[in-house]
Amino acid sequence: MRLFDLRLIIAFLFGLYGVVLVVVGLGFTSEDDLRKAEGVNINLWAGVAMVVLAAVFAAWATLRPQFAKTDKS
Amino acid sequence: MRVLAEADLRLDAGPIDYALLVIYFAVVLGIGVMARRSVNSSLDFLLSGRSLPAWVTGLAFISANLGALELMGMTANGAQYGMATVHYYWIGAIPAMVFLGLVMMPFYYGSKVRSVPEFMRRRFGKPAHLVNAISFAVAQILIAGINLFALAVIIDALLGWPLPVSIVVAALVVLAYTTLGGLSAAIYNEVLQFFVIVAALAPITIIGLIKVGGWQGLVQKVTDQEQLSAWPATELTGIDNPVWSVIGLVFGLGFVLSFGYWTTNFAEVQRAMSAKSMSAAKRTPIIGAYPKALIPAVIIIPGIIAAVIVPEMAQLKAGDTSSGVAYNNVLPLLMRDLLPNGILGIAITGLLASFMAGVAANVSSFNTVFTYDLWQDYIKKDRPDEYYLRVGRLATVGACVLAIGTAFIAAALGGSNIMDYIQALFSFFNAPLFATFIVGMFWKRMTPTAGWVGLIAGTFTAMFVYAISEPSFGVKWLELPGQGASFLGAGLAFAVDVVVSVAVSLVTRPKPDSELVGLVYSLTPKEDRSHATTGEDAGWYRSPALLGGGVLALTTVLYVIFG
Repeated sequence: MRLFDLRLIIAFLFGLYGVVLVVVGLGFTSEDDLRKAEGVNINLWAGVAMVVLAAVFAAWATLRPQFAKTDKS
Repeated sequence: MRVLAEADLRLDAGPIDYALLVIYFAVVLGIGVMARRSVNSSLDFLLSGRSLPAWVTGLAFISANLGALELMGMTANGAQYGMATVHYYWIGAIPAMVFLGLVMMPFYYGSKVRSVPEFMRRRFGKPAHLVNAISFAVAQILIAGINLFALAVIIDALLGWPLPVSIVVAALVVLAYTTLGGLSAAIYNEVLQFFVIVAALAPITIIGLIKVGGWQGLVQKVTDQEQLSAWPATELTGIDNPVWSVIGLVFGLGFVLSFGYWTTNFAEVQRAMSAKSMSAAKRTPIIGAYPKALIPAVIIIPGIIAAVIVPEMAQLKAGDTSSGVAYNNVLPLLMRDLLPNGILGIAITGLLASFMAGVAANVSSFNTVFTYDLWQDYIKKDRPDEYYLRVGRLATVGACVLAIGTAFIAAALGGSNIMDYIQALFSFFNAPLFATFIVGMFWKRMTPTAGWVGLIAGTFTAMFVYAISEPSFGVKWLELPGQGASFLGAGLAFAVDVVVSVAVSLVTRPKPDSELVGLVYSLTPKEDRSHATTGEDAGWYRSPALLGGGVLALTTVLYVIFG
């Protein structure tokens, strides 16, 4: 049974989420939003963290492909 | 739960939040469709063809347990009892998970059984098997229904959708991806859900900590300083004497309840059984133990913070219930107060995803037990595999329909009491099951008759303790508030099961040794219990024993620092 690589799905979802949050954080953050989160632009920082997570999973999937070696399945 | 709708929990979700939610569910369904292509047999559908890598099964193992009931319940415990809540994670999970990986997995995986009840059948024969398979199947449907109901209550409170609509929509989404992709789709989504939950909880914790002035600020502002230490947890156990409280925790929670839950609950063990090798199967619960040890940081700490910074929570803590909030509302209240649109959408997604993963875990373990242990063993034997693949798919549909039914029953009975009740029901079966397993695995003399008699004796013992301590029954022979009664019930059930099993075994006929190879420790050659250390299982960092020792050491260090 050969299943698709879950790492790429994780990279895709968090890459997309990350980019959306960074855009919201940079372009659409009101004073109210900032006050709510104690002055931290949480959308921006969470977005950056997600982009990093996505990059790590993408790199892992690229460097060690799922079915590279002789696989019995 | 009913109080939830009365308090003002409505979140200010905007278009961006809904968009993030929709993206998530599109990906979830996409995983179902893609997993469909790799399903060619019933084993593929019901056990992922035993092909998954350890990190995937390990995260799914922990994620299947990190349902939203757990999330809401443990943040609530954090607000109510403080640091003592860590016991549920550390002493109440880690040792049992390591034990499952190192000691029990060799028998489960090595004997190639496809479910926990199937192990029962091979070891003890049909009566014990039937008792176990039916009680498990019924429990999973009930719990799936309660998960669905709780999900609908949350959607109603947060977003204002009517209850029946959210119950049916959620059931349809779970149905869609589990019928298509089977266990693989359920497991992949559990892993995805794990990351989304962490992405939802971490920002809440970080902003919360900033708001109270960091760790130091939190320590100063907590009103009841005793709640900053985990021991002796007298409030949590309901046992006033500190020494007995600790004994109750260590033996009741740490040994019987936790070992019973983690080592015999098929919804969990199934994740490890789907791993691609013996080594990966052993590592599954141990890899899961690492996030389990660390996750209290983003679950319990927000609970403690909420008791300080959310005004309604602080009032409740001081004994003023006029605002209508309950401890269960901690997480939605923190989301409301701390998160701006955008990250709020991620948090809502995480909460909904965790409910759905809970339902999917119930459904995907139900259909395996139903197909292999009930249908194939007792109703239609010896059909071609495609037949059982079809039964598996139909069982999934049936499970979702039944779960919608039990969800409406839960809704009619209304709320949180049911949840406690089901927890109690579940512990009736787990503690005796663990006793039967552990005696059966290490003592070849234990007989098939002892297998089912012991189980029934243990279960009745737990029910008896519940009956005489549950206030609503009126027979108050035992007064143990908090978790004390279930610790005691589980402990006694375990002891009675062991004593009865031994006594019955001595007067009945054991199975011949030849039928117990691979099922009993002393009759299983060492090579059958060992894992390969070549190819994808090579490397010191993949040693199950080393990983297990590592997580025990980590937990000890955490106890020294935060206990």
